Amino acid sequence: MTTRRVVVVDDHAMFRTGVKAELAEHADRVEVVGEAADVDAAVAVVTALQPDVVLLDVHLPGGGGVEVMRRVAARLPGTRFLALSVSDAAEDVIGTVRAGARGYVTKTITGPELVDAVERVAGGDAVFSPRLAGFVLDAFAGTIEVAQIDSDLDRLTEREREVMRLIARGYAYKEVAATLFISVKTVETHVSSVLRKLQLSSRHELSRWASDRRLL
Amino acid sequence: MTTDVPPAPADLAAALAAGRSGAPAAGPRRAYRNGEDRLLGGVAAGLADHLAVPVLHVRLAFVVAAAVGGFGVLAYAGLWLFLPVADHLEEHAPGLEAATRQGRRPRSRRRLHDVGPLVAWGAIAVGVVVLVQGVLGTSVLFWPMLLGALGLAVLWRQADEAQRERWVDSTGRVSLGRAVLGSGGAAAYARLTAGTGLLLVALLLFALRAGAYGSLAVARDVVVAGVLGVAGLALVVGPWLFRLTGDLSEERSARVRSQERADVAAHLHDSVLQTLALIQKHAGDPRTVATLARAQERDLRSWLFADPPAADASVASALRAAAAEVEDAHGVPVEVVVVGDAPATDRTRALVLAAREAMTNAARHSGADRVDVYAECAPASTEVFVRDRGRGFDEAAVPEDRLGVRGSIRDRVRRHGGTAEVRTAPGEGTEVRLLVHDAVPAEGAS
Repeated sequence: MTTRRVVVVDDHAMFRTGVKAELAEHADRVEVVGEAADVDAAVAVVTALQPDVVLLDVHLPGGGGVEVMRRVAARLPGTRFLALSVSDAAEDVIGTVRAGARGYVTKTITGPELVDAVERVAGGDAVFSPRLAGFVLDAFAGTIEVAQIDSDLDRLTEREREVMRLIARGYAYKEVAATLFISVKTVETHVSSVLRKLQLSSRHELSRWASDRRLL
Repeated sequence: MTTDVPPAPADLAAALAAGRSGAPAAGPRRAYRNGEDRLLGGVAAGLADHLAVPVLHVRLAFVVAAAVGGFGVLAYAGLWLFLPVADHLEEHAPGLEAATRQGRRPRSRRRLHDVGPLVAWGAIAVGVVVLVQGVLGTSVLFWPMLLGALGLAVLWRQADEAQRERWVDSTGRVSLGRAVLGSGGAAAYARLTAGTGLLLVALLLFALRAGAYGSLAVARDVVVAGVLGVAGLALVVGPWLFRLTGDLSEERSARVRSQERADVAAHLHDSVLQTLALIQKHAGDPRTVATLARAQERDLRSWLFADPPAADASVASALRAAAAEVEDAHGVPVEVVVVGDAPATDRTRALVLAAREAMTNAARHSGADRVDVYAECAPASTEVFVRDRGRGFDEAAVPEDRLGVRGSIRDRVRRHGGTAEVRTAPGEGTEVRLLVHDAVPAEGAS
């Protein structure tokens, strides 16, 4: 199995040290190759090292994690971003995902879970914590006018909703698959599809969250 | 005990929803100017927010209305005058506000900083001027009117910026000088001079041109010019006076809010100190330390980042409180995710009590290192899942006298017309699913 190269971006030195120590216990799977404490440093480090995954704090001096993705993401298609934050505010979480992060986890995540999340994101899949799944269900709740063009992006299919509900209930992808009698691969497909909708939908709730943070 | 629970007032539900989405909760929904996303005064952006339509459409509508009869300009000016600015009123959780101030969140960017739109607007303006010239020939009134309008616009904009300076001098009193000039500085004086100058030049031009047509008209035109001048002054000073009152009361409520916040902050710092002291005392006992740290984390997190609580008694807040109690009592983290929210009724209170019992069971007996709680509040029903990945149990083997699952969970929910399911097997964890329907079928409510 390949070792994933990771850059840790967070303005709290203590937290960076903690993450590095936790990831060092899984040196065969992930390797921390660099770190940064603000947006400018992050842009420089990520551009120079081109890691597989960037663990990105949502709140960061210089404009937040969103700003890092805005300046780097287009140039580095091989680098994926996983948002890591202590903030549970829906607008930050949704805003960061809409800016291009492939997942969101809170800082209380355990070491092994974080390693799993890094590998999942590096493999091109999305990482949905129960909380993010809850936000998604909230954002896509209710009906939307049928006349809306391109409404496919603006609503979840029944299956996607089921998957989101199970994740919100604390099920791991494997457990979701077993409960719905589908393969883990299919669960990943559904989750990626929800991520795509989350990033591209023009639903008013989502655009409001995004426009609060000036992402459109 | 009667089962005839009055229907949940629809406006309470609406207020809850509004509170959650961050809009000012009480009273009818009103429109604001959007000070963060503006080309001129943020009127179009504010209206777009209010009506939930793309801002481009609103802007186009204004431009079309302005081009057709000038009505768009009037409407825009009127709305600019009467709509309050939203960012004064918008209140985020203190952690988010601090992060925004320190530049740790994406900052709003003024669109005028992009040169593209500016060029486009300039081109449109020049085009309009040329068009009017072409259609009307060289109108006598056109240039004076344009100059006058420009002058008014500059002054008006100045009023808007001065407003942000909170109208007060260093002693905290309202000062007319500060109201007019903002925080002062060359730019403020230059703007004021430019505005007044343009206005005067307009009047002068008007009088001069009108005078060339004959002595009879001169007298009338001078009178008209005078009236226009006075009207112009009223227009310039009016917004200041009008806004002064609104701003003062806003200022006062902001101060009350910030004092409340300061009190809460003091309380929180105090509790952090207590927690740290306790952690030092129990340094040898990892379980206690973890529990203490977790409780403190929850406390700080909810204050820093959570939306202000929507109401005292909503399903979400009751569930979170129950989870917090279980967490503190048993030292097992309980993660709560709630989708939607609803005001508390007898039924949902029973539901929350049952859920609390399920959480307690999971924390005490399952041996799992965390408990997941998920609640979904639909208009007609509320559903709660409590799940652990612990050791599970064989329900048939539970002795009759153990009342936990049977009495506190199943019967309690059933008495309130709901259902409770327990899915478990030894070694496979436990999931309790609780469901209650709304007492009154939602017939009138849509």
